[in-house]
Amino acid sequence: MSDTSGAALHGSPETPAVDNSRRVFLTQATTGLAALGAAFAAVPFIASWSPSERARALGAPVDVDVSKLEPGQMVTLTWRKQAIYVVHRTPDMIASLAGNDGQLKDPGSKASEQPAYATNVNRAVRDQFLVVIGNCTHLGCLPKARFEKAQPELGADWPGGFFCPCHGSRFDLAGRVFQGSPASVNLRIPPYYFSNDSTLIIGKDDAVQGVA
Amino acid sequence: MGGHSSESGPARTGFMGWLNKRLPVDAFVKGSMTEYYAPKNFNVWYFFGSLALLVLVMQLITGVFLTMHYKVGEATAFDSVEYIMREVPYGWLLRYLHSTGASAFFIVVYLHMFRAMLYGSYKAPRELLWLFGMVIYLALMAEAFMGYVLPWGNMSFWGAQVIVNLFGTIPVIGPGLVEWIRGDYGIADATLNRFFSLHVVAVPLVLLLLVALHLVALHETGSNNPDGVEIKDNKDAKGNPVDGIAFHPYYTIKDVFGVGVFLTLFCIVVFFMPTFGGIFLEKPNFEVANAMSTPDHIAPVWYFTPFYAILRAVPDQQLGALAMALSLVCLVLLPWLDRSPVRSIRYRGWMWKTALTLFVISFVMLGYLGLMPPSPLYTTLARICSVVYFAFFVLMPIYTRLDPVKPVPTRLTSDHE
Repeated sequence: MSDTSGAALHGSPETPAVDNSRRVFLTQATTGLAALGAAFAAVPFIASWSPSERARALGAPVDVDVSKLEPGQMVTLTWRKQAIYVVHRTPDMIASLAGNDGQLKDPGSKASEQPAYATNVNRAVRDQFLVVIGNCTHLGCLPKARFEKAQPELGADWPGGFFCPCHGSRFDLAGRVFQGSPASVNLRIPPYYFSNDSTLIIGKDDAVQGVA
Repeated sequence: MGGHSSESGPARTGFMGWLNKRLPVDAFVKGSMTEYYAPKNFNVWYFFGSLALLVLVMQLITGVFLTMHYKVGEATAFDSVEYIMREVPYGWLLRYLHSTGASAFFIVVYLHMFRAMLYGSYKAPRELLWLFGMVIYLALMAEAFMGYVLPWGNMSFWGAQVIVNLFGTIPVIGPGLVEWIRGDYGIADATLNRFFSLHVVAVPLVLLLLVALHLVALHETGSNNPDGVEIKDNKDAKGNPVDGIAFHPYYTIKDVFGVGVFLTLFCIVVFFMPTFGGIFLEKPNFEVANAMSTPDHIAPVWYFTPFYAILRAVPDQQLGALAMALSLVCLVLLPWLDRSPVRSIRYRGWMWKTALTLFVISFVMLGYLGLMPPSPLYTTLARICSVVYFAFFVLMPIYTRLDPVKPVPTRLTSDHE
């Protein structure tokens, strides 16, 4: 098609032959530029799916008064649409954690997500308060609190912790995942700090400590 | 499709003559209906293509009417579905037709796909036909998943949570991708709104285009048949296949009968058991979405459960998601994994028959296990079935070559029986 029309326009003996390399260059440059333009035009459409300014603003830190939380009790809060579990661990619970190490996938939380100040044996700023993002690191369900030892559904050697009803992931009382669970890493720990003896702020690092 | 055949026969006059000069109506009807030849030995398995088309149209119509009453949004979605169920005249019927239609769609599509496996309909020259079909199937899964989120029940919410988080298992880009899909730090209003847009506008348009391509590809190669014999190899003096009959009126009449049987069964479900015992509509979805309360037992709707069981069977997050994705990829690759010289199961050997039987058993078992809560016994069974599922595909290039096949006749066998 283009050959015949080209011949009709330029093919007389006097005129020089069509400069094909020039034509190919122009065709490719036009196509390339159009593709680039299409890619740029796609940006606003793709970007419109990111969290809106309102969603970001609603992701502000939340606080909770932990003095009202009895030892052994758990309270659930919402931060950034995620469930935050705050557990007041008893001395017994804290003491039992070390015994789990052999059955865990990531006992030292090396592959797991937590702020530097919670990367310790008990995964906490204050040992008696466990603060974790409740949503399972497998696919986001909420594991149930199963704090009593030796539960029928979880076996006689169950040391107490969390059990996810969706896919059967099991976590200990520091949110560390047991072997044989579909989840690969420990429950995540959000940034948090205690602004005074009883007030826990979730979603923000301590300005003094300053590490995330 | 048969644009040339308009020249045969006397030229039309009057309005039809005027019309045909401007739009190839007669040529199209001839090329794809009255002079489109299909094998004459179609059996009951050949109902499901036209039934899938019927369900698609039903879903489009009921969907349009549901959209007139549904109010998308975190605060309004659940209530508006209850409003449709209780206050909109015949709203309950529209909704149950649509929700039952979703399950019916998958029943019909699964049987349609199984037919292709029985008679080797995906084999050359129909590989592209199979590929279009598989893309339709994947688009249908996306459509059904997003549709299930719209009522904003608690299973809608947690189902969305689990499925969207599957994308989080992709290395490096996963977490950012999940946030982008949700449009928030969790499943939220933004997620519901975009799923509504995709469910109602984008995916249906894509589905219609794909169905059109599927049909064009089908009419180019012609249908396969239970004997797996190419009818185009035997043509009469006029160039029509000897073993073929015109699609219209012969198969249109047959399909109308199929539609009658299908609608009878369909209506029994719609009117007498619309939730199908919690399988078509799950119990936790009659409660409003609650981000702070996971239902005790999360299972996707039945048509996803075989793949969900594969996901759960693998004790590693990323490998589980990968296995689930691969279980679908295997199906897509079927035309290239099957090396048998024979199409139809009628002329295949014991190896294929055994393999296909084991595959169907494992697929149905996985579907059942995916509905059940996890337990050690069920997990073991799911692992065995997953191995069988993958072995069917991975070993296929080997056993389909070794399989002792029978000689294939040159003509359809229905004449001799």
